[in-house]
Amino acid sequence: MLKEQDEEKKENMDDTLLSADDLHVWFELRRFGFGRAGHVKAVDGVTFSVRAGEAIAVVGESGCGKSSLMKTILGLYKPTKGEIIFDGKNLSTLKGKDLSWYRANVGYVQQDPYGALAPFMSIQRILEEPLIIGGVRDKDERLQRIRKALEEVKLSPVDDFLPKFPHMLSGGQQQRVVIARAMIMGPKFLVADEPVSMLDASVRVEILRLLRGLQQTHNLSVIYITHDLSTVSYFSERIFVMYAGNLVEKAKVRGILDTPLHPYTVALLTGTSEPDAKNADTFKEIPSGEPPSLVHPPSGCRFHPRCPRIIKGLCEVQEPPEFEPEPGHQVACWLYKDNVQP
Amino acid sequence: MANNKLLRIENLVLHFKTLNGTVQAVDGVHFDLDSNRAVVVLGESGCGKSSLAKAILRLLPRNTGSYSGHIYLDGKDIMTLGDEEFRQNIRWAAISMVPQAAMNALNPVMKVGEQVAEPAVIHLGVSKIEAIALVQKMFQHVGVPADFINRYPFELSGGMRQRVAIAMALVTSPSLIILDEPTSALDVLTQANIFNVLKRLKKELGISFVLITHDIATSSELADDVAVMYAGQIVEMSDARHFFETPLHPYSQKLMSSVPRLHSDKEPDFIVGRPPSLINPPKGCRFAERCPARFEKCSEEPPVFEQDGRKVKCWLYA
Repeated sequence: MLKEQDEEKKENMDDTLLSADDLHVWFELRRFGFGRAGHVKAVDGVTFSVRAGEAIAVVGESGCGKSSLMKTILGLYKPTKGEIIFDGKNLSTLKGKDLSWYRANVGYVQQDPYGALAPFMSIQRILEEPLIIGGVRDKDERLQRIRKALEEVKLSPVDDFLPKFPHMLSGGQQQRVVIARAMIMGPKFLVADEPVSMLDASVRVEILRLLRGLQQTHNLSVIYITHDLSTVSYFSERIFVMYAGNLVEKAKVRGILDTPLHPYTVALLTGTSEPDAKNADTFKEIPSGEPPSLVHPPSGCRFHPRCPRIIKGLCEVQEPPEFEPEPGHQVACWLYKDNVQP
Repeated sequence: MANNKLLRIENLVLHFKTLNGTVQAVDGVHFDLDSNRAVVVLGESGCGKSSLAKAILRLLPRNTGSYSGHIYLDGKDIMTLGDEEFRQNIRWAAISMVPQAAMNALNPVMKVGEQVAEPAVIHLGVSKIEAIALVQKMFQHVGVPADFINRYPFELSGGMRQRVAIAMALVTSPSLIILDEPTSALDVLTQANIFNVLKRLKKELGISFVLITHDIATSSELADDVAVMYAGQIVEMSDARHFFETPLHPYSQKLMSSVPRLHSDKEPDFIVGRPPSLINPPKGCRFAERCPARFEKCSEEPPVFEQDGRKVKCWLYA
């Protein structure tokens, strides 16, 4: 039994594409002149791994550090402590050629498609730029790859779109161009920052389906950052719930949506509405208050000031470690200290 | 029964003139709203929802083309009032509004308490001190701590600013508040808290709401009635209970099936195509081009049919 588990573990280890180990991203606050005023602890001790071909959703409120986590994965921020390993290589040691290899392998889908596309560039130039930077010298090959990318995001007929400028496209079409740009270097890994939050409800589903399709045909790993729990089940295999710089719960999609363990996850699910006329008759029981400051986060468990199930004398004193009450379902909450599986 | 209608809109038209032609943003809208009820206006972006709000409050831009129809508030046609009288007695005094992205619309160099007090000073004619006392009461209603009166907008979180905007709409005790996408930029928990506030206001103060949104799931938190808007027209008007169970118009059905659900693995659907341009809307039914159930009759414009007290603008219900 133990051996089997070990083997399974080994197998999992082998196809890990990206992992983060005790990742900290802190930003220094400076006073005028000299002296430091402390740190904004945007990401504070995050550990996870993503397998090849796996889609993961990171869910949390604004200001919980999910964008900082994403930008660190993209290599835009340097971790204060801890490391990110991609395909066996440590991200913070990459330089020169290795760094451009990393950038070609990690695509980025921005949140606001209109803001992400240069307004003075045609679609062809927008898509050509990463290829030029990536060292594709042959002009015909570049054009071929642009055509292929546009076909993949279903912007056809391709020739109609090549000379267009971003403002001539609808929001959904703009987002497709952004996705095509993220895909054009043939990445193994995609980071999507709220890819549909700026779009109309009816277009959202279309874009989510497109991303899901691309993920499956190219065996991509995807990290999908969102605050909307209702769309994640169509997009990802696992969900990470983030609160005040920490990952508080990690599990398979159904595990989070059907049997949430952390009180914060429960609150997020209660807060998410489903269309039902009965909603109007009742008030929602959700914690009041706001996510804490990341400069002076609360002691112990960071959710304790808002938590309805606080254990006095424990939660506000000691930070909860990660428990695993069910296999593959980790939660950082003292409520589960006794039912840990050996 | 007909007398306790708080708001009655008949054949409201609002067109804008542009270089490319006339945009028929609101094109013959009818609806009724009883007092102490909330109606949700649903639709995709660009269907004329926000223009409808502007038309009700007569907040007209300079390029307004035609603006006609009747808006009865408590039985009185407010379309016949002069602009000055409308400003004094209707806008903010009787109908107020929480505009889209209200939390970013606050004056950054003015304390929030003073901003909320301003409409009270202007419309109720109270002194500044009385107005501040009123603001304190309003802050209590919407759940903003009293000492926030002396803060500036940048010192408040998004959710708190949104509550301040609601307090500002509330301070003149209007009978109707128009909410334009009140929570679209907010987080889930903040959103749910704001809806709790709105529900409480409706219950305790008896205020009516027109809620304009494209978010069907959260709109059900407040809705008594639902009006579905498509290409400048209302295509379905129904009570919330029946609407969320069995939407009638094919467009409403498509909208409902595009809503993602938490506890079901059924993939949501999407609506093929785009809403038509409002400059030259298609003749006949405006949804026909995208409609899965279209037939020959749809090339003629459908009238409004009634079915079990629900109104639907579709030939299927002839």
